Amino acid sequence: MNAAVGSNIAGRELHERPEYNRRMPQLPQPPPTRIVPQPIRAGIDVEINGRRYRHTGDPELPLLWYLRDVLRLTGSKYGCDDQSCGACSVLVDGKLKRACALTMQAVAGQRITTIEGLQAADGSLHPVQQAWIDEDAILCGYCQSGQIMAAVDLLTRKPRPTDADIDGIGNLCRCGSYPRIRRAIQRAATAMQGKPK
Amino acid sequence: MKKPTHDASRRRFLKVLGSASGALIIGLPAFADTPDELLGRNLVQLNPYLRIEPDGTTVIGARDPEVGQGIRTAEARILAEELDADWNKVIVVPLILGVTAVNGEPHWTFGHQIASGSTSVPAAWNDLRSVGAAARQLLLRAAAARWQVAPGSLRTLRGEVIAADGRKLGYGELADAASKLKPASEFPAPKAASQYLLVGQDAGDVDARDIVTGRQRFAIDEWGGDTLVAVITHCPYPGGKLAHLDDAAALKVKGVEKVLTIPAPDPARALGTQQLAAGIAVVAQDTWTALRALEKLELRWQPGPHAAQDDSALAQAAAALLAGEPGKVVRTDGHFPETLKHAAHRFKAEYRIATVAHADLEPPNARVQVDDRSATIVAPVQNPRATLETVLRLTGLPPDRIEVQLPRAGGGFGRFLEADYVAEAVMLATAVGKPIKLMWTRTNAFANDTYRPFSVHQLEACADRKRKLTGWAHRIASTSRLAGREPPPRWWLSEMHPDDLPAGLIENLQYGWYPLDTALPRGSYRSSSHGVNAFATECFIDEIAHELKLDSLKFRLALLGEPRQLPYRGHGGPVLDTGRLAWVLKLAADAIGWGKPHPHGHGFGLACHFTFGGYVAHAVEMSMEGDRLVIHNVVCAADLGRVVNPLGARAVLVGATLDAFSTALRQRISVKDGRVVQRGFKDYPLATMAQMPHAVQVILVPSQANPTGAFAMGFPSAAPALANAIFAGTTVRVRQLPIWPELMRLL
Repeated sequence: MNAAVGSNIAGRELHERPEYNRRMPQLPQPPPTRIVPQPIRAGIDVEINGRRYRHTGDPELPLLWYLRDVLRLTGSKYGCDDQSCGACSVLVDGKLKRACALTMQAVAGQRITTIEGLQAADGSLHPVQQAWIDEDAILCGYCQSGQIMAAVDLLTRKPRPTDADIDGIGNLCRCGSYPRIRRAIQRAATAMQGKPK
Repeated sequence: MKKPTHDASRRRFLKVLGSASGALIIGLPAFADTPDELLGRNLVQLNPYLRIEPDGTTVIGARDPEVGQGIRTAEARILAEELDADWNKVIVVPLILGVTAVNGEPHWTFGHQIASGSTSVPAAWNDLRSVGAAARQLLLRAAAARWQVAPGSLRTLRGEVIAADGRKLGYGELADAASKLKPASEFPAPKAASQYLLVGQDAGDVDARDIVTGRQRFAIDEWGGDTLVAVITHCPYPGGKLAHLDDAAALKVKGVEKVLTIPAPDPARALGTQQLAAGIAVVAQDTWTALRALEKLELRWQPGPHAAQDDSALAQAAAALLAGEPGKVVRTDGHFPETLKHAAHRFKAEYRIATVAHADLEPPNARVQVDDRSATIVAPVQNPRATLETVLRLTGLPPDRIEVQLPRAGGGFGRFLEADYVAEAVMLATAVGKPIKLMWTRTNAFANDTYRPFSVHQLEACADRKRKLTGWAHRIASTSRLAGREPPPRWWLSEMHPDDLPAGLIENLQYGWYPLDTALPRGSYRSSSHGVNAFATECFIDEIAHELKLDSLKFRLALLGEPRQLPYRGHGGPVLDTGRLAWVLKLAADAIGWGKPHPHGHGFGLACHFTFGGYVAHAVEMSMEGDRLVIHNVVCAADLGRVVNPLGARAVLVGATLDAFSTALRQRISVKDGRVVQRGFKDYPLATMAQMPHAVQVILVPSQANPTGAFAMGFPSAAPALANAIFAGTTVRVRQLPIWPELMRLL
């Protein structure tokens, strides 16, 4: 399903509301009349945002395009051809990586967290996400999912980051949101004190 | 083609519609004539500006493209203020381009829909307030009828109508009744500023939650149906064409559908309305397949008749031009040559500004569905009308069958004013017969930009024995961004405006413009020529103050003189208030501690500029720590009239300051062997967090004047303030952009 997800500032999801879904009617799916067992397909198993997937295509497919083109997890962004921008940053087994630089082969059996997987099971925001909203660290917003993943990684390694630690984040922002990103990281660090991870 | 009619007295057209669902919709006349089944579609798309649902949910349609300037939030705040809406019940949804067909020509129905020149907020202030006020009036009348009281006895507050006796009705409860009322022929007067609850208060970006959760969809995130992916590589030589193509290996890649050629642009047609360059596109099932196949293309390109000149050739051409008469005498006051001849003090300097690229983090892309009945365009667009007209020309479809959506764009800065990448996607989708999602690679985007023009600025000035400026000449040789584009009249104005300061402040003054030529395409870039002309002007003033052994702040304030209004005929006029500019300069200087004792090696710099109606000054404190440039403090003081959303304005001013520093320090597009050298962020380095100041102190001047917008205004004075600080801290005067390589050479 690829229905448009609209703005949500009043705590509601637009796509949950029928009037916004008129262009893409949700027809009820009839149950299958009979079930034919399928042979198990060989592939690369990965866990992404707590869900397990088996990639049966080319093992050389970069993780970024698996996320974006196959799973339609489009929060991780394409921004460059030389791993310089960081807009596709994700966590692989807890470590910050550029999804454009990893093949599916390289992440076989690993646990991947993307921006879409940061929220808790109950939908509440990660403290870093909340800090980004509280500091209004947005501007165009295109780089921000990568920036947030880099901040989550930093705060895991350094729960009380110094300015120099924050300077170590190399993700590029074209619009100049760095001062607010810095404040958001410090705000998140404070909010996360005493909380596990 | 006949010029499309737009902006014609929108107020007259405002209509109120009821809907089957009992919602109140305030919109425009097109929808009054729309059949019910289509109205349903419009409801979903929220073409009207405002819709109040029975549960009180207030859906505001933001009409201007969001490119990071915060316009969706600002527009919604303006409308919600006049409506007296409960902000917690407001949902902001982007509109599409509003267009109908009148005699086959596009007729724009939503008014201002462009992200350019910081015009969206002023336009919204002019006409979206009335939309909110009109809706509020209907709700008041509906409540008055319900309660059988006079409307004048009622008031509104945060989404409710309140009676004198304290009874309340929510807007949602009144929406159905209000939608059945005939609106007044006159618009109610907008609120008095003293009653504002939202305007002037901080509001976070309305898309923030979607952005931090990864749900915000940019154009590049659009798929849908049987969309195929296309990637493209262009001829690297401006005006060049394809010499050889072997696509056999590319076509063998599994999942590749087609390899298609994009023809060279039509030389008879203006830049900006068609593809920028000849190209080869690979159409495939998915992005990675397309990218791999692109690499397997065997390609040779033939350079065009006009090679793109490299920087040194351009500088030589500029020097030759500047030795002669200007192509355009932009302004002449008094007698500059005579004054110079007899002056006590004479000054001369030349500044060179490199070509730069937009480098929006979201590369050009477009998702296009087109058939013989309709077209839908989803792309990062700053100028949706130009986009529609391009699609119109390519498809021949009636204007009202072309839907241009306005997704949030990953930057803009002028690049997405163009429609070249949309034109390509339309050609590809037409050829393939399926929806196409065209994505440019970063490498391709650097090679095919509408670059900010290269320019050389020759400045001369003179002062009398009292060290007062008596003469000023500014001569610019530049590759105009409008050369070769429509409309041609007065296109030199894009490079140099006759009323920019110090015109009006110095008795004998000459402005002249010299047309340089290059085959490299140029286009609008944040704040357009203000961003480079202010660098030359504000650095030169600093140089003169230093030569005359005068304090730079006092010298500038003396030059601005008594507060007065000078005529300003360009965008941002009709007047320029020297007092407002002097005031922001003083605020910035005070806040940075100008003239106070400071650590050894710390340099302080100032600059100010008037851009599109806004007055901004920057003050910078820097030092060199080894081979690192450390920016310790930055102040940006701004008088932008009434500020609708201070939180958003501050974000934009901080961003503009950093963008200006980043651009001025290290960014350069160079041309070698007829083609652009830079391929990515490794050789076109955007500033990183570590290189930028930790904070920018923004001072917003309280003002009752109408809002001006902010995006362009924060840019022009930042770079010269930094360069002036570098001179104060190092005694090295850098007269070039980018600053960094030259500073390293000179230090």
